[in-house]
Amino acid sequence: MDAIIKKRIKQVLKGDQNAYAEIVELYKDKVYQLCYRMLGNRHEAEDMAQEAFIRAYVNIASFNIELKFSTWLYRIATNLCIDRIRKKKPDYYLDAEVSGTDGLTMYSQIPSDTRLPEDEVEKMELQDIIQREISNLPEKYRSVIVLKYIEELSLNEISEILDMPLGTVKTRIHRGREALRHQLRNV
Amino acid sequence: MKCPEKYIAYMHEYLDEEISKEDALELKAHLSKCGDCHRHFQELEKSLALVKSVAHIAAPGDFTMRVMNALPKEKKKVGVQRWLRHHPILTAASLFMVLMMGSLLSTWNTEKALSVSKQPNLVIDHDTVIVPEGAVVKGDVVVRNGSLRVEGQIDGNATVINGEIVNGEKYMASAGQVTGEVKEINAIFEWIWYHMKNTAKEVVNFFEDNESAEEQSLGVAVFL
Repeated sequence: MDAIIKKRIKQVLKGDQNAYAEIVELYKDKVYQLCYRMLGNRHEAEDMAQEAFIRAYVNIASFNIELKFSTWLYRIATNLCIDRIRKKKPDYYLDAEVSGTDGLTMYSQIPSDTRLPEDEVEKMELQDIIQREISNLPEKYRSVIVLKYIEELSLNEISEILDMPLGTVKTRIHRGREALRHQLRNV
Repeated sequence: MKCPEKYIAYMHEYLDEEISKEDALELKAHLSKCGDCHRHFQELEKSLALVKSVAHIAAPGDFTMRVMNALPKEKKKVGVQRWLRHHPILTAASLFMVLMMGSLLSTWNTEKALSVSKQPNLVIDHDTVIVPEGAVVKGDVVVRNGSLRVEGQIDGNATVINGEIVNGEKYMASAGQVTGEVKEINAIFEWIWYHMKNTAKEVVNFFEDNESAEEQSLGVAVFL
């Protein structure tokens, strides 16, 4: 497979745009899945996954052909998703004042921390609960957990994708696991 | 009772599959004794199993098509360059044509003075070249930027470039006689055509000469 990818990349570099379609076809599910688990929203995931492929195409000349293409592609996609999560953040600042109210903050807008009524929980598919809890992870734990347990990548590959030392990746995975344990132990 | 932190660390080392044999045995022994740690470990394993269990979702069917449509269009320049790379002979041929045309046009434009092929009995009067009555000019006569009046005889072709044959009758009804072709060239395309024909003729002549030379040498060989 690596040989095919290399061949296609060389064709793309020569200006053959159509050779890129095969690369997209091979990686689209993995990249889309990565984006969906990071963002928790199909529409956004599609936008980001598309953007990742477009950026990879535009910058293909800067890709070192001796390296693994998937690592490079995942890095682009992960960075896009992290940027997206960070940009969305201001919407969720809980201590920000709600416009049009006098001194009310977002804290007053969210329901108290009690569990949802029984029937509502039952309506929610297990899949959705798990995804919700992944989405509730802080972004720095979410990316390592998704890469490790959904994309099933090795710790070394994750450290390359996120461009951070292996030790940092391990620490984040440990903390991510503890956070998941807290959130999912009662499911 | 609070267990030492190291057991939590061991659990994560175990999950990363990086735990040493001794530590694994120690962890196992501890988990069998300590209910809290055992539950902690089970909760970790359960949450990971849940995360791994989420169905793998596939990208929408038209995903690839949409990406391809959203890609920046290939630059025209790239297309042209690719075409040139793929058709080197056509490229060379068209370049040659351009240069050729350029040189022909420049000779057409620059030569304004009267010029005539060198034959001893041609008479030049201002911008008219005269073949005197009774004279026989041997070989082709070429006049540029001037007229040609034939009163005698030309033993060959008569060509007038950017001028005319004054005797009026091109087709030799007059007193003058031309044994070969009579041609007037005034328009630029005719000029180019004339040039190409000349070049072609020269090439053909060259080969024909070669052939006849060969035949001659063969003939000589047979004769000997």
